[in-house]
Amino acid sequence: MAFQIRDIEQLLEKYDNAQTSLQEEQQLKHYFAQEEVAPHLQHYKAMFSYFQETKTEQFTKDIRLKPKKIRIYKWASVAAVIAIMFSVTFLNKPDSKRSLEDLSEEELLVYNQTKEAFTLLSSRFNQGVNSLNALAIASHNLEKGVKQVGLINEFGKTTNKIFKTN
Amino acid sequence: MTQSDFMKLVMPFKDKVFRLAKRLLVSNEEAEDATQEILLRLWKNKYKIAEYRNVEAFSMTMTKNFCLDRLKSKQAQNLKIVHSNYQDTNVSLQKQVELNDSVEWVAKIMEDLPEQQKIILQLRDIEEYDYEEIAKILNMKETAIRVALSRARKTIREKLTKAHHYGVSN
Repeated sequence: MAFQIRDIEQLLEKYDNAQTSLQEEQQLKHYFAQEEVAPHLQHYKAMFSYFQETKTEQFTKDIRLKPKKIRIYKWASVAAVIAIMFSVTFLNKPDSKRSLEDLSEEELLVYNQTKEAFTLLSSRFNQGVNSLNALAIASHNLEKGVKQVGLINEFGKTTNKIFKTN
Repeated sequence: MTQSDFMKLVMPFKDKVFRLAKRLLVSNEEAEDATQEILLRLWKNKYKIAEYRNVEAFSMTMTKNFCLDRLKSKQAQNLKIVHSNYQDTNVSLQKQVELNDSVEWVAKIMEDLPEQQKIILQLRDIEEYDYEEIAKILNMKETAIRVALSRARKTIREKLTKAHHYGVSN
C-alpha cells in the first residue's frame, strides 16, 4: 500500500487534535509499521510501534477464584479438630479400662520388656543425679568464696572510714 | 453461572484489564495482583453481572478506580518501575537498537503524564476503544476526553521531537 506523505501529515495533524477516527488511526499505524518512514516523521514511529507492542501484552497468570478454596480449608480445619476430639474421647477409653489380667501372653511379654527398659533408664538416671551432687559441692564452695569476697568488701569500707577520719 | 461460563465471559477483556492496571501501577506484580482482584470481585458478583449490559466497560471502570485507590494508598509507595522489552521483527539491527531506545523512551514519557491522560491514551491508542465507550468507562463527556487526549498526544510528540533532535542517549 502506497502512502502519500501529505495525507499522512494531514492525518497526523488531525491525530494530534484528537479528531481522527479509529480507521484513520489504523491507517497511521499501518504507515508507521513500515520499515521506511519519511525522515521528518521518524519520531512518530517509536510511538506507534510502542502502542502496537504494548497491545500484545497478556495476563498470563492463572485466574484464581480464591474464596472457594479458603472456605474448603476452613471446613477442613473444623473437621480435623472434630476428628481429633472424637478419637481422644471415645477411642482411648476401652484401652484404659484393661487390667494386667486381660493381657495375652505376647502383650505381657512386651509389657515386661518395656518395664525393664524403663527400670534401666531410671537407674541410669539416678547415676546421673549422683554426678550432679559434685556440682552441688562446687556451688557450695562458690558460695563460700562469695562470702569471703564480702569480707574483703567490708575491709575496704573500714579502710575508707579510716582514711576519712584521718 | 458456572466457573467456565465466567471464564468465557472475562477471557476477551482480562488482558485489557491487566494492561490498564500496568499502565497505572507500572509494576508487573502490582498489575497482576490488581487484575486478580478485579476478576475475583467480578466472580463474587457473578449473579449481578448478568444484569450489566456491558460487563467489559464495567470492569474497566472498576480497574481504573481500583488502581487509582492503590496509588493513593500508602501500600503503593514503593512501586518498582519495570519496562517491558520491546521486540520487533523486520528492522535492521542498528535501527532496532535505536528504536529500542526510543520505544522505551515512549514508555517513560507516558509514565510522566497525568493519570487521567494516561488512562485515556491507553484506552484509545492502545486498546482502540471508540469515544462513546471511553465516555462510558470514565463517566466523562466526549469533548472532555478529546481535549485530554489531544493534550497527551501533543506532549508525547513534543518530547519525542526533542529527543529525536538531541539523540535519545539518556
